[in-house]
Amino acid sequence: MLIHLSSPHIHGGDSIRSQMMSVIWALMPAACVSVYMFGWLAVFQISSCMLACLATEWLTLKWMGRSTSPLGDASAALTGLLLALTLPALTPWWMTILGGIFAIGLGKQVYGGLGYNPFNPALSARIILLISFPLQMTTWVIPLHVQLSGLNLYDISLAWTLFTSGIAALPQAVDAMTMASPLGYVKTAWTQGIDVNTALQSYDYSYLNAFIGREAGSLGETSALALLLGGIYLLARHTITWHIPASFLATVAVLAAIASTVDPNHYTPPLFHLLAGGLMLCVFFMATDPVSSPVTPVGQIVFGVGCGIITWSIRTWGGYPEGAMFAVVLMNCTVPIIDHYCRPKVYGQARKKV
Amino acid sequence: MIKHFFKKLGFSQAPFAGGIQPNMRKETEHSPIEVCPLPPLLIMPIKQHIGQACSPLVAVGDHVLRGQKIAKAEGYVSVPIHAPTSGQVIKIEDYAIPHPSGMGLTSIFIEPDGLDERDETLKPIEDWQHTDVSALRERVRMCGIAGLGGAAFPTFIKLVQDQRNPIETVILNGIECEPFLTNDHRLMVEHSQEIVLGMQIIMHMVGAKQGIIAIEDNKSDAIECMKKAVNHDDMGLDIQVLSLPTRYPQGSEKQLIEAITGKQVPMGKLPMHVGVLCQNIGTTHAIYEAVILGYPLTERVVTISGDAVPQQGNMLVRLGTSMRFIYAQRGLTDFDGLQILHGGPMMGERLRHPDIPVIKSSTGLLALSQDFFREAHPEEEPCIRCGHCSEACPIRLTPNLLADHCRNEQLEKAADYHLFDCIECGACSYVCPSHIPLVHYFRFGKGQAAQVRREQNFAEASRQRSEFRDTRIQREKDEKAAKRRKVRATHTPTEPNQGKE
Amino acid sequence: MLEQLMYAIASLGGFALLAGLILAVSSKIFHIEGDPVSDKIDALLPQTQCGQCGFPGCRPYANAVASQAADVNHCVPGGERTMLAIADVMGVEPKSLDQEEAIPMVAFVREDECIGCTLCIKACPVDAIVGAPKQYHTVIADHCTGCVLCLEPCPVDCIDMIAKPELLEHWSWPLPDTTRAQTGLERRESHQHD
Repeated sequence: MLIHLSSPHIHGGDSIRSQMMSVIWALMPAACVSVYMFGWLAVFQISSCMLACLATEWLTLKWMGRSTSPLGDASAALTGLLLALTLPALTPWWMTILGGIFAIGLGKQVYGGLGYNPFNPALSARIILLISFPLQMTTWVIPLHVQLSGLNLYDISLAWTLFTSGIAALPQAVDAMTMASPLGYVKTAWTQGIDVNTALQSYDYSYLNAFIGREAGSLGETSALALLLGGIYLLARHTITWHIPASFLATVAVLAAIASTVDPNHYTPPLFHLLAGGLMLCVFFMATDPVSSPVTPVGQIVFGVGCGIITWSIRTWGGYPEGAMFAVVLMNCTVPIIDHYCRPKVYGQARKKV
Repeated sequence: MIKHFFKKLGFSQAPFAGGIQPNMRKETEHSPIEVCPLPPLLIMPIKQHIGQACSPLVAVGDHVLRGQKIAKAEGYVSVPIHAPTSGQVIKIEDYAIPHPSGMGLTSIFIEPDGLDERDETLKPIEDWQHTDVSALRERVRMCGIAGLGGAAFPTFIKLVQDQRNPIETVILNGIECEPFLTNDHRLMVEHSQEIVLGMQIIMHMVGAKQGIIAIEDNKSDAIECMKKAVNHDDMGLDIQVLSLPTRYPQGSEKQLIEAITGKQVPMGKLPMHVGVLCQNIGTTHAIYEAVILGYPLTERVVTISGDAVPQQGNMLVRLGTSMRFIYAQRGLTDFDGLQILHGGPMMGERLRHPDIPVIKSSTGLLALSQDFFREAHPEEEPCIRCGHCSEACPIRLTPNLLADHCRNEQLEKAADYHLFDCIECGACSYVCPSHIPLVHYFRFGKGQAAQVRREQNFAEASRQRSEFRDTRIQREKDEKAAKRRKVRATHTPTEPNQGKE
Repeated sequence: MLEQLMYAIASLGGFALLAGLILAVSSKIFHIEGDPVSDKIDALLPQTQCGQCGFPGCRPYANAVASQAADVNHCVPGGERTMLAIADVMGVEPKSLDQEEAIPMVAFVREDECIGCTLCIKACPVDAIVGAPKQYHTVIADHCTGCVLCLEPCPVDCIDMIAKPELLEHWSWPLPDTTRAQTGLERRESHQHD
């Protein structure tokens, strides 16, 4: 027994595992929607990604001669699940596994493991994959079209073929299955001089589809509804606070509203921004990742606003159609500075800081 | 002004920042205060308060009476110590005290003669309303009263009338937000009249017009009893009983002031700078006994609780009684595999053995099973920066960042992160999912900073002494040389070829 | 061509003059009396005046370090912390200490053996020994820096060095016993010695 033990001598019972598990539970609606939309493909992607993360975690810990007990804290499993949900349904198996290795190996363990990574591991892996394999990472499967084309993703053997051999297995199906995401479509149209409303009409865009998730996109990013449910669960469980999600969403919405009011032909409306791409997933699950986000309330708001500005800027003026993940990772760099300068005023401190 | 503020708010409480809601485990709240029998030996350490230690007034072999002063206060921040019963001083030597270091302190050992005769020198002050305030203050000091809520700060220092900072409100702290502890709760239920009288004495002493008795809403019977006692009162003073939502650490003076008045005590200032005086329930009761009965502080109510105590309860215990004796009264004799705590579980110290006397700051004695205790002290894991500590901190510190600075002994940075504003309430450690002993890091950092300061002061003093010595030696040399010259000038005739100096 | 050259020379020369002027003025305005580096180092030294560094006191050692005539690691009573602080002020790499850090000691006179010769009083650099000729001498423990300079002059060897008594008020919490805290401490220490 230790000699010097300081008070308090009771504990609230929270643990890293309980924190991570609550995020995993919060991701369940999105995961379920992805399985519903993409059938066995989603199951394969999610499980292979989680397994890759857990295996990498185990291997790196063994390699460094550390205890493998952090495996039990569910953080690697969470990273795997998060990463999988940001991947397109037709990601080849080796890319999914590579992503898991990147996430844990390069995103987390090289910095010293859980708690020391400056960037969100899942997002950094996703960005590495996007930059390395741009074609595969932007080949979106549209669930509705798949059903129409007669391909049944609930058929386990078909899904397995697609997962192991990729699109190459069914070259004739590619056109039927895939389509640009709304963000990408609008961006392409914009560069061709087509105005926003015409582009959305020709895409057959519907807010309802985008809200419930019947739209082209990554596994878990399509359904804003499922992600909102998860976010509300996290807020209710007090795993995250409102500061980052609210300021992030509000900034994107306000910027989009101003721009689209000024020039509706050039700029997409705010609701489109909120429902499109990976924003919802980034807002509730990536930007709020405790390790790589600020701890102070004011800092969290600054962080959220920064994320919002960068997201909207990249979407509007950048080379990539989606900017939410870049925004979060860029803002991750600023966290130590934000934390240092946004410390709350302590009890009894004079209003004016000398 | 405060009154106006209250009325505007309709007594709704402005909550303090942060805080937690631990499992209160007030299992002893309905156990009446029982009188603990006299032990075979009483051990009185010469320091039972914050401030300077006392110096013994008695010698081995002396016979003392209950309430007789046996050690006198040294310096301003100090109060005397009195014999808890009549008997003989059998030795004066170092003995363990309730302190996390496990170190000892000079203590006076008294063997009771069983007669429990009182020293009658101090007479009751019945007509306190017309007694000079300074005389009452002297009485409180003479009776050795120090804050009985755990901090044991000499009470008389706070009972002062200052023209520049008049005290408008006296707050009676009946919060008792530490889990397990119920001694103030039982005092309020069983001695409400005395407490109200004590409060009136305090209000008279500081010239306050308004009194608030603040009680958390998990003590409804205490609220009722105090309300009844206040209604009985015919002094015409404005005393109200205020029920506050249960929350830790509401019983901390500064947090209580924030919760009730919405004001924060400015940094480096005292509650009286916002016109408030806080007093603990037990202390108020002791003030009543000192003034109305003329009894010095020789006993206090202690909660004996914890999952390893067979008969939990509250006891009126003589100061200096060995904890082992008290535990034995509650059926606990085998301490194998148990952890004992002095004070509550949030801020109390873990003790290494039960052969330690009860002192003025002993609010509770807990005995916890190893399993229960271990749950609170698992291995530390890396910080995941969840920010729960910042949310729980009633001072609004950023405990995780502060702990990093303390761990790395970056003391200046830690000071910049307001290390010295930390009240060590333990809320941050309580909520930390990584089980980081945050409070321990803060205590380590504070200790290191104090050590550095002490070394600097000592070095500065040494430098001055050394410089003084150098100048003295130089002066002596000069004087000697001057003398020599003088002697030479008077006794040796000047040679013609040498000019005068 | 020549004109361009002239412009270049004139403008550069002008800048140089201006910079020189600014430097001259600021050196007047921000002039600091004394040697600030040696003052800073002196402030870091424990002022035991023990001479264990090979210099006759703390101030001379500080001057020597400031003028780079001595290394940063000679102050024995100052220990690790002082060495690191001095290295920081001097902007040099820390060095390992000359000697192992010892626990703080104070001198103690065995009074029944003291002959009252006052030699130790004269030797004490901080006037921490009191007494008169032919009377017992006593060390004021609170003032003693533990420099041991009084031991050698004593003709009857009646002065002992005893461990400085640990005071309850001076007790402080140690670093937590957790693996994380202790690993950090080990790494910090090994880093400082490299």
